[in-house]
Amino acid sequence: MFCEKAMELVRELHRAPEGELPAFSEDGLRQVLEEMKALYEQNQSDVNEVKSGGRSDLIPTIKFRHCSLLRNRRCAVAYLYDRLLRIRALRWEYGSVLPNALRFHMSAEEKIGRIPSTQKLETHYVLFSDTAISRKNLYEVRCLKDYGEFEVDDGTSVLLKKNSQHFLPRWKCEQLVRQGVLEHVLS
Amino acid sequence: MTEELDLTGQDSDAGSEEVVLTPAELIERLEQAWMNEKFAPELLESKSEIVECVMEQLDHMEENLRRAKKGDLKVSIHRMEMERIRYVLSSYLRCRLMKIEKFFPHILEKEKTTHEGELSSLSPEELVFAKQYMANTETYLRNVALKHMPPNLQTVDLLRSVPKPDLDSYVFLRVKERQENILVEPETDEQRDYVIDLEEGSQHLIRYKTIAPLVASGAVQLI
Repeated sequence: MFCEKAMELVRELHRAPEGELPAFSEDGLRQVLEEMKALYEQNQSDVNEVKSGGRSDLIPTIKFRHCSLLRNRRCAVAYLYDRLLRIRALRWEYGSVLPNALRFHMSAEEKIGRIPSTQKLETHYVLFSDTAISRKNLYEVRCLKDYGEFEVDDGTSVLLKKNSQHFLPRWKCEQLVRQGVLEHVLS
Repeated sequence: MTEELDLTGQDSDAGSEEVVLTPAELIERLEQAWMNEKFAPELLESKSEIVECVMEQLDHMEENLRRAKKGDLKVSIHRMEMERIRYVLSSYLRCRLMKIEKFFPHILEKEKTTHEGELSSLSPEELVFAKQYMANTETYLRNVALKHMPPNLQTVDLLRSVPKPDLDSYVFLRVKERQENILVEPETDEQRDYVIDLEEGSQHLIRYKTIAPLVASGAVQLI
């Protein structure tokens, strides 16, 4: 039956819980596009037959194929757009750099398309830090990797070596915690 | 740190109203705008003056702290205050951006029909962001799928496909100024529309559409 593949794409996304990004089904999308091409070509030839040969009994078939084409397009665009929504939600959570496991599931176009927009705004406002209110001002953190020199607000610099522990102001270390360089120590 | 701030209206040559606010009042205005934005289903008016004033204020505070004695207890407390203000500001801007991303075709369409002098719901930077976002999305859909489709099917009307904000969703509010004769439209066919009065200080759960203009004018506060 027509539009089977398109429905499968939509179902795949529908099954995945919110926040999860399954791998991009390039194959699936390609099959949908191929089916659309085949349907369109069949319709073209039938339309010619109707015009030249007067075969108006073909009109219902043409209408039916047209509906399938519209459905295929709707499913394909819905699939792509829903993936964009998921990627966008993940970006809000993770910041500018998405973890590698996720990037593996994204198509090449998905990876390049999205970054420029928020960068422009970020030059005006710092958006990705300050995502949670905390009572404490200074965090105790342990360093997970060798990072090097790190300058704190009043000009003193701190050497971040693996396994060294420090007391750092919250806003400075939040970014590093997200990147995995520092680890918050809960005592 | 008890300086007074100027909040000027849109254009200074159009007879602006200058409202002088204390820092405390400014922060209160920011928090009110933040809560309204969080609970409203649609994108509200852009409050760029408040945002700019708050950022100026934060800069002043930062400067003052730098000049202060190190290790003073007041420094930590002021820093904490600055962090909280920064958080509210960030959250406010993030909330707006998320709504822009969610409803971009409708917001851009509304911008096109907003006349000069009417208050826009987008700051200049947000407008650029929204337009870029729309362009990016269209380019992406075109390159990945639409250009491979039959010629008569290559356009998708984003205005029709992207869902609109649900103005019928219910919101909690507190009344700041007494309102009379608010018309409440019926939801189902059996109901008829009726009129209510909103007393100052009372709290209600009501459909957003009914009180949307009151949020814009500041007569009610969403909670």
